[in-house]
Amino acid sequence: MSDAKAAPYASPYLAGVGVGVVLLLAFVLMGRGLGASGAFSSVVAAAVNTAAPAHAAGNAFYSGYLTDGAANPLRDWLVLEIIGVVIGGLASGLLARRIRWTTERGAGITDRRRFVNAFVGGTAMGVGAKLARGCTSGLGLTGGATLSVGSWLFIIAAFVGAYAAAPLLRRAWR
Amino acid sequence: MMGGAPFYEFGRFGEGTSLVIAVLLGIAFGWFLEQGGMGNARKLSGQFYFTDLSVLKLMFSAIVTAMLGLFWLSWAGLLDLSRVYVPETFIAPQIVGGLVFGVGFATGGLCPGTSCVAAATGRKDGLALIAGMLAGVFVFGEAFPAIDRFADSTARGAWTLPQALGLSQGTVVGILVAVALGAFAGAEWLERRAEHPARPMKLAA
Repeated sequence: MSDAKAAPYASPYLAGVGVGVVLLLAFVLMGRGLGASGAFSSVVAAAVNTAAPAHAAGNAFYSGYLTDGAANPLRDWLVLEIIGVVIGGLASGLLARRIRWTTERGAGITDRRRFVNAFVGGTAMGVGAKLARGCTSGLGLTGGATLSVGSWLFIIAAFVGAYAAAPLLRRAWR
Repeated sequence: MMGGAPFYEFGRFGEGTSLVIAVLLGIAFGWFLEQGGMGNARKLSGQFYFTDLSVLKLMFSAIVTAMLGLFWLSWAGLLDLSRVYVPETFIAPQIVGGLVFGVGFATGGLCPGTSCVAAATGRKDGLALIAGMLAGVFVFGEAFPAIDRFADSTARGAWTLPQALGLSQGTVVGILVAVALGAFAGAEWLERRAEHPARPMKLAA
């Protein structure tokens, strides 16, 4: 695929209205919003349950994600939604010729450094999202639109945390 | 008049259909995230250096769209707002969790949902971030018995801004629309100052 043919990204306002309509459809059809980190929790809980069932059963965090006994993540709403996100992202990227087997990083760091940053950042987000009971999707979008107090506190705190850390990481993106 | 929505809550369809809907809504969600450039960590990270504020624009456009839709459908009697799930409030864990999450967001350059779009479009850093997320959830799970008292503290249930502020839903919706419009104007001004927003990355040599 030639790089020159990659379509420019859509307006973030238009894409945002699109996400908002999807979120509204979720409310209208399901009575619940969108999410992401909950899918990761279901996968981890199922993996722990497979490796050490007694350990998972004795832990209130894991067992909370293993409620229906079957503990099959493929029957979990958010896991299926996230599988959809992967399909939708792939379809959009294919049509816009934006699929690249590459690593997004600044010129000042190596690929390996970028992977370390992504892994460490992901780990922090995993811990933070579970402590807060949601992430930018489940709290940010769903809680933002339903006017949840805790969700708006999370959104503000997340931007504060990000802007506090960003000056230390400037080199990673330059 | 009692409305017909949310349809699943009123038993219009079963669990099997709800799972098909999950996949379809996810596809549309992923589509719009990719269209908006949210699968590209370099573009997302511009948010934290005031060069490309697409994250703020996309998030607030989505929130305002869904919020206004909920408000009008409820006002028209087509949707029973009391049957729509409101994420529960746990004041202290959500502030601390938000701070930790934000540091991770700036470090990783993607959030949990957008990391899936990044990975789906071939970005290896997206895969590394997904691995980190799974590790982080596992760390939290293992630590949970030691920190559950804090994690479950300051619980306020399905507490909403209209309840907390003593204002009507319409007033809060109006304030948030005004805040979003102000934020959009500020974002446009910051981007004009910062010259060129990030483009899709050139193929690495």
